[in-house]
Amino acid sequence: MTIDWKQYPLQEGFFDELISSPGNARQPARQLANYLSSLSEDDIASRKLAAESTIRDMGVSFTVYTEEGNIDRAWPFDIIPRIISSNQWDKAAAGLKQRLQALNLFIDDLYHDQKIIKDGIIPEFILKQSKNYRKECEGISPRFGVWAHICGTDLVRDHNGSFFVLEDNLRVPSGVSYMLENRSIMKRVLPEVFEKVNIAPVGDYPEHLFNMLASLSPRQGERPVIAVLTPGIYNSAYFEHAFLAQRMGAELVEGSDLMVDKNDCVYMKTIAGLERVDVIYRRIDDMFLDPEVFDPDSVLGVPGLMRAWSKGNVALANAPGAGVADDKVVYAYVPEIIRYYLGEEPLIANVETFLCFDDKQREYVLANLDKLVVKPANESGGYGMLVGPHSTKKERETFAELIKANPRNYIAQPTLALSTAPTLISRNKVEPRHLDLRPFILQGKDTYVTTGGLTRVAMKKGSLVVNSSQGGGSKDTWIVDTTAGKS
Amino acid sequence: MLSKVAERVYWAARYLERIESTARLVSIYDKLLFDLPKQVNLGWYNLIVINSLEQDFADRYSNQDERNVVKFLLGDETNPGSVVSSLHAIRENIRTTRDVVPAETWELVNELSSYVTDHLQQGINRSARHEFLDYVIQSCQQIEGLLGSCMPRDEGWKILMLGQNIERADMTTRNLDAGIAAILQIEEDDYAVNSRQTIWGNVLRSLNADQPFRRAMRSSISGEPVVKFLTCDTYFPRSVVYCLSEMIESAEALPHSKDVIKAIKKVHKSVIESSEHKDFGAEYRDVLNDLQVAIQQLHFVIGQTWFLTDR
Repeated sequence: MTIDWKQYPLQEGFFDELISSPGNARQPARQLANYLSSLSEDDIASRKLAAESTIRDMGVSFTVYTEEGNIDRAWPFDIIPRIISSNQWDKAAAGLKQRLQALNLFIDDLYHDQKIIKDGIIPEFILKQSKNYRKECEGISPRFGVWAHICGTDLVRDHNGSFFVLEDNLRVPSGVSYMLENRSIMKRVLPEVFEKVNIAPVGDYPEHLFNMLASLSPRQGERPVIAVLTPGIYNSAYFEHAFLAQRMGAELVEGSDLMVDKNDCVYMKTIAGLERVDVIYRRIDDMFLDPEVFDPDSVLGVPGLMRAWSKGNVALANAPGAGVADDKVVYAYVPEIIRYYLGEEPLIANVETFLCFDDKQREYVLANLDKLVVKPANESGGYGMLVGPHSTKKERETFAELIKANPRNYIAQPTLALSTAPTLISRNKVEPRHLDLRPFILQGKDTYVTTGGLTRVAMKKGSLVVNSSQGGGSKDTWIVDTTAGKS
Repeated sequence: MLSKVAERVYWAARYLERIESTARLVSIYDKLLFDLPKQVNLGWYNLIVINSLEQDFADRYSNQDERNVVKFLLGDETNPGSVVSSLHAIRENIRTTRDVVPAETWELVNELSSYVTDHLQQGINRSARHEFLDYVIQSCQQIEGLLGSCMPRDEGWKILMLGQNIERADMTTRNLDAGIAAILQIEEDDYAVNSRQTIWGNVLRSLNADQPFRRAMRSSISGEPVVKFLTCDTYFPRSVVYCLSEMIESAEALPHSKDVIKAIKKVHKSVIESSEHKDFGAEYRDVLNDLQVAIQQLHFVIGQTWFLTDR
């Protein structure tokens, strides 16, 4: 038995990325669908096996924290890619650039004049109670006025296939290495399809990341010394930290490899002595960056780092304090933020969001907990949220109490009709599974968006939770140009 | 180059060499069994003694037989020098130095790890042991080849060479020790001369040294020329003196290396002097033991010079 797209169980009310109606693939996916159904059951099984052994050999893993200790798990991967046409993608990409530019203007404003608050667009208390606002950053002007240099924005598609922004990750977004590795795996698994289809390459991300980081160097005109600052081998994203350092030719450092000297410059400890560092791509949270300023018990950070940064002797990406715009309450204001700073209409819409600090909206949320998704304002990784339709009565009661106790800290959104894509669930059986997309946007001197991004897929039937820490997997993402024929 | 990265590269090189050498060491004894007369009762436990692992072994096993010794050397995670433990260590070190070694190193190390995990039983049972050990040795050589053909000859490479050569020098002394230990077990009978020759021949083969030995020494195989060749030959890459000379060359290209060079030269001199020995029996084992201690001292000097991050 081969794959029969006529038998593919499309789900009513959801947009499927590859299949438009039983037996019919969308145009950019047509060649792939035909190719897959030409493969025998054994062929498909052997491709799947090839993907698994590639993942093992490439050592693509992520760490899961359990009570029994940390487990390095192989990256769960589905061999059927998710496909988006290039003209659809170009529009989304323009929207992502617009969004990050506005967010950076917003952050810079917050740490200087706070015009947006004075003009009454955003209530002051939101800022006052923001967990990620850093008083220590006030008055500091990073190069180009950019604070969030690397942003991972989660996109979802509704039942019509329109893109919506689900959240912006402006602190230390991860996943880009998996995007790159997924492509290398696919090239080994379905090489024939790459010959026939115009798939936009993704491999130039490290180059763009390097150029962006280099553009931040305080010693322009000299070859910058760039370091990736990792919390170390036990961090769940360590694989990615090492991967990016390697691809950029940057130094992979831990806090203990760095020191700040009396001249407020940052140095790394090398076999020849101390060497100055110009740019630090930090993958540790604000609170651990500098024990002199933030958490005094942090052993991950570097004493004096904030001093060096505020004097402009070292660039930090992302800048400390950038996470203030990561707050899910701020998220609700992003369309206004875009209008305020750029005078433009947002090119990608937000998902409808209810703010629990507002009495009316909170009433609505509390009355509809079984239909809504409730999220804390400052968590990531899918932790601490309530998915209404899948919740128990007890869970809803707990959340009602949490919301009443701290309304500023919660938002709610309608349960999304997350789009689906065919996913291999047994030797020859494909079923729709829900997915999202995390593109990565860079801003330094210029702005750049990855071609596509990391597609995360909820491997469990009906599940809407795509986080790898919670049983999600991933797929390669193809941006396909259907206008130009491949010769 | 970061001090910490230097330390990890150094250890990665040492572990890589250790895996290959351990596999070779087991294969000497494995091959000896084919060639020695049945009367000779060869003790596998010698392999534990020459690696100074008596205590660790005793903690795990009471029976000092072949199966336990091989299991301990290849697959025991509580033995820090076993192939499995070394592979674990090398993975951790390569994983944390991926920014300085060629990208494919990581893949090859993963492949070797999976192979060893999946085929360990083959290595422990005698019937398929040869194939297992061969695969391990070849994989190590493949990784070395990759590093050798791709790495720029910068500081990273020099550190890697320091690690490789210090481990090699150490392992050559242990291989010699293994041979002498086996010889001491041979009883003086009609087979003794032949058995000795068989043992020395296998020591040479285990270090891929039999052909180079023949060409360099133009002599039949016996204790004195074999020991001289493996300690003092200036062309053979696993001879102790050669490894030490390589270390001097690597150290000279690194910053702040004065103390290290001085220390290596001292060991170098003592190796040449000790080759004047005439009797390569029990007494010479003490000489080898002293040499191992001196090599360990070199390791400390290297660490103090380049690795300690709290300088």
